Amino acid sequence: MLIGRVFVMPKQEVLDPQGKAICQSLHALGYAEVDDVRLGKYMELRLRGEDAAQLRARVDDMCRRLLANGVIEEYHLEVERLPGAAGAR
Amino acid sequence: MKWGVVTFPGSNDDADVVYALTTVLGDDARQLWHKDRDLQRVDCVVLPGGFSYGDYLRCGAMAKFSPIMTSVREHAERGGLVLGICNGFQILCEAGLLPGALIRNRSLLFVCETVRTRVETTATPFTSTFGPGEILRLPIKHGEGCYVADAETIRRLEDEQRVVLRYVDAEGRATPDANPNGSLNNIAGIVGPGRNVFGLMPHPEHAVERLLGGDDGLRFFAAASGRHARQRPLSVAPGP
Repeated sequence: MLIGRVFVMPKQEVLDPQGKAICQSLHALGYAEVDDVRLGKYMELRLRGEDAAQLRARVDDMCRRLLANGVIEEYHLEVERLPGAAGAR
Repeated sequence: MKWGVVTFPGSNDDADVVYALTTVLGDDARQLWHKDRDLQRVDCVVLPGGFSYGDYLRCGAMAKFSPIMTSVREHAERGGLVLGICNGFQILCEAGLLPGALIRNRSLLFVCETVRTRVETTATPFTSTFGPGEILRLPIKHGEGCYVADAETIRRLEDEQRVVLRYVDAEGRATPDANPNGSLNNIAGIVGPGRNVFGLMPHPEHAVERLLGGDDGLRFFAAASGRHARQRPLSVAPGP
């Protein structure tokens, strides 16, 4: 079993009003060092199969078709073996 | 004129569009199920407002893969008319039938109000009977209506006069205060390159009778249908 981790973020030039609101709330709590906040999404995909390279290409395809919208978002993905799941069973 | 109104799981303005087209306008309109592929030879497909698939992931992200969307794409490529209202506009953008995307309102608030929009082009099947620059009063109700696209896309939309509606104030000026959701250039509606695919955030189907507060919306449907929107009398007499 492999796990795909997908991080989707609004593009830098796209307005992120939720990130702005979070930033303001942090300032209100006294965290003056916070300069900016961007809010994105994190998804975990449990993947059947052992071929990490092939699964990575598949997840990349999923990101382009559904998980992210290239007009407003960029994504980053990782595919790795689940801890303790090494080897076939 | 035959209209087909698509129902996705979570659509909630589909019956309102059918009512506007049949009871008010007098046209033939039928509901189409999102799992169907057959458009039943309709002339115009309407993707109505609502919350298809619960707005999960992104508004319209799931609906674009419904089986009927393959037929809608083919219909659009043949020059057939497609009208996307609110969630329908979001779906058209997600599906790539219109450029850009609709994101969370800048205010983070769901807006539900009647706004003024200015007709920016009459060179579309849906706005051909309006006067250029005419100001319409139309209802909006959305949380994700902020239209965004990259600078090149915005420039192309403006150059090709594909911005159909813009949010304006009482004097017809597209000011930041008149912009209910933060849309770039106060954009409320656009057409695709063939001008046959029209997406807008306001709800014309909720403005089809004076009893409802206005009938400016009816004229979009009437124009596409080639009918003159009748000035219908109020069905209930106003009080003294």
